Amino acid sequence: MTGNKKVRILIAKPGLDGHDRGALMISRVLRDEGFEVVYTGIHQTPEMIVQAAIQEGVDAIGISILSGAHMSIFPKVIELMKAENINEITLFGGGIIPEEEKLVLKDLGVREIFGPGTPTAEIIKAIREALGDKK
Amino acid sequence: MFSTLSNTPVERFYTQEDISDLDYDRDLGIPGEFPFTRGVYPEMYRERLWTQRQVAGFGTAEETNKRLLFLNQSGQTGLNIVPDTPTIYGYDSDHPLSDGEVGKEGVAIDTYQDMADLFKGIDLEQVSCSIIYNYPILFTMYLALARERGIPFENLAGTLQNDVFTVIAGAKAWIAPPQGTLKLATDVLEYTTHYMPRWNPVSLVGYHYREAGCTAVEEMAFTIAAGIGYIESALQRGLNVDQFGPRLSFFFDAHNDFFEEISKFRAARRLWARILRERYKAKDPRSMMLRFHVQTAGCSLTAQQPLVNIIRTTIQALAAVLGGTQSLHTNSYDEAMALPSEEAVVLALRTQQVISNESGITNTIDPLGGSYFVEALTNRLEKDGSELIEKIDKLGGMLKAVETGWVQRRIADSSLDYQRKVERGERKIVGVNCYVLDEKVKIELLKVEKELEEKQKERLFHFKAKRNEKETKKSLMILEEVLRKDKNSIESTIDAVLVGATTGEIADLYRKVFGHYVQPSL
Repeated sequence: MTGNKKVRILIAKPGLDGHDRGALMISRVLRDEGFEVVYTGIHQTPEMIVQAAIQEGVDAIGISILSGAHMSIFPKVIELMKAENINEITLFGGGIIPEEEKLVLKDLGVREIFGPGTPTAEIIKAIREALGDKK
Repeated sequence: MFSTLSNTPVERFYTQEDISDLDYDRDLGIPGEFPFTRGVYPEMYRERLWTQRQVAGFGTAEETNKRLLFLNQSGQTGLNIVPDTPTIYGYDSDHPLSDGEVGKEGVAIDTYQDMADLFKGIDLEQVSCSIIYNYPILFTMYLALARERGIPFENLAGTLQNDVFTVIAGAKAWIAPPQGTLKLATDVLEYTTHYMPRWNPVSLVGYHYREAGCTAVEEMAFTIAAGIGYIESALQRGLNVDQFGPRLSFFFDAHNDFFEEISKFRAARRLWARILRERYKAKDPRSMMLRFHVQTAGCSLTAQQPLVNIIRTTIQALAAVLGGTQSLHTNSYDEAMALPSEEAVVLALRTQQVISNESGITNTIDPLGGSYFVEALTNRLEKDGSELIEKIDKLGGMLKAVETGWVQRRIADSSLDYQRKVERGERKIVGVNCYVLDEKVKIELLKVEKELEEKQKERLFHFKAKRNEKETKKSLMILEEVLRKDKNSIESTIDAVLVGATTGEIADLYRKVFGHYVQPSL
């Protein structure tokens, strides 16, 4: 029952890093593609991200991170999602994350991680497929 | 349709017709003379090469000190320090918000002891130091170190980035809101104007806007408008434009569109010279000289086929040199994925060394001067840049333009436009949307281990245990008083730093006095 309900995505920038070119860009591209996008802005803590996801009733969270703190941030977010019992929300990542660490994070529960140069068409396809699975 | 990366149309070929209005004396001039289009100095590289100044910063002061010494041994001629994000945002390494971020994007500097360890074995009187920081804190720690070493401040050469506009709209690296940040920045400018003739109190940054996705025209216009904003702030303090004008400096990007970038540097010099002379009635020619540092475009680097980045960086470095830069950082080929490894950063430095020693480009000044295309493009960039600066003036100036989010929205629009062009194949990126390989990239990346964060926290703990708590608290109280009374805060900050006040403690004062800043939603 996919119906006509628009897919809601939270795009979040955790930690202290202010490089938001990618997050801003993907927010707009997804909006143009018909997704409902809520962008948190920069300097979000994992707590703030998870709370926003709950409040906004999103289907997916996309975390954009370039600072090198991903092995700290993602596990925290996943832990909080478990605690809040919102594991049906699909978690994506984007930014600068080395290959080996991508695999570790995917094992932990991140559905897909999009590195630099990934065409947005590929991102959109992956999100649609992932959320199609869940429905 | 052929166009530059700024979407300026490019003709099939250019002739004298395209520059029929050009008047050599009025528009080009001799290098080292108004309007400085061809270069700010009469001799340029024939007398002195641009400074080869590679950014360094990761882990703790000890790791970065090693990298600095390594770069110096490899032949760089200036220092360029970048602190980590907790330091940038004014949080000590033991703050909860710093968790996982210490030493990851730069070097952790919590105290002036860190500063001292950072410069172990380096003679501060022999080398100029650029500090990528936008508040007085790290500057005063550098001065505290100089004081301890018995170095008179007037002997120190260097630059503090100190640019409120990029803090809000480019780097997005604020501790205090715009007004408070500008006040603190002007404290530095006022202080160096009186006491430090060899120090650039500001590096007006175009680089961050460009990296965030704007065009060359926007980069140039935003930066010059920022310069205007600074001049206004300094004039309000009662300074005369020629007192501080000579020490305003700039920091531009060098992106891929070779001739556009060269023309951008030339147009920027001419625009600035004209603004200082005509709008601000500067009398000292040194106030009219746009001196700048360049970093090659980080955003152009690819994670795919990373060695290809060496070629991009070379083209960009060439543009910077042909554009007459005073200082240059060349990116390393692995920087789409990590901070530079030793191997990669040496190669980046060698790029500059081959250009300066082997290519012959430096034998004459502004070798492209007189090219129909370059002069036409320089004229066009000056015209487009002027119009944009006028628009910003009408909005109330650059501070207003960044406070309202106008600049940020404009950058995001240009960034989206570029991305769409890349995805449609109109802008080609080798390895990304053409000549793509199915590859397993195998290069040794620099790793910043979690242990370094623990190490830094321990250092901080021991430092605080040894300091005189009463003295520290007293100095912070005095500093708070000075901030509230709107007096120049530099001396009081040096005093505080010398008795052990930390980055976080001083930043907390800024937040207390000036408030917290939340970016307006775009």
